[in-house]
Amino acid sequence: MTIGRVIGTVVSTQKHRKFEGAKLLLVQPVDLRDQPKGPALLAVDGVGAGIFEKVLLVIEGRAAAEILGRKGAPVDAAIVGIIDEIDVREVA
Amino acid sequence: MQLARVVGTVVTTHKDANLAAVKLLVLQPLAPDGTAAGRALVAVDAAGAGVGERVFFVRGKEASFPFHPVEVPTDAGVVGIVDHWDLVP
Repeated sequence: MTIGRVIGTVVSTQKHRKFEGAKLLLVQPVDLRDQPKGPALLAVDGVGAGIFEKVLLVIEGRAAAEILGRKGAPVDAAIVGIIDEIDVREVA
Repeated sequence: MQLARVVGTVVTTHKDANLAAVKLLVLQPLAPDGTAAGRALVAVDAAGAGVGERVFFVRGKEASFPFHPVEVPTDAGVVGIVDHWDLVP
């Protein structure tokens, strides 16, 4: 899993039917120092995350489809948790 | 998934049989600010998108799921047309 920060929302009317009712958020993956890491991506939200919250991301299809509760959904990323705190003793 | 703009289409005559009925689009991935981000790629269309539209696409084998039970040999697929997106100010 990856850490990310929610930076925006996306509205799409015409989409694959397995996305119906899903909330799509723009997420910027970040490193442990909260610096942007790699390109921003779209993830389906399974936990009710909001703008600017730090979240736990899965970037893998099967797990993301499970969040949607639909088998065979064409998704590759999902938010599975809202991060309260990260406690790291050593950052490389 | 990632944001992209459809910048073109691809026509192939000689191809895998499972690619026969799908539309191929050329995508330019976009950063959240709307600028181009990374290299263009070819994706199958599962949303009815056209050139000039902003879309979102999925990477990996999940891109073939909309065509189930046909196993389309693809690694990227358009799954939605974006009306608009909003960013944190």
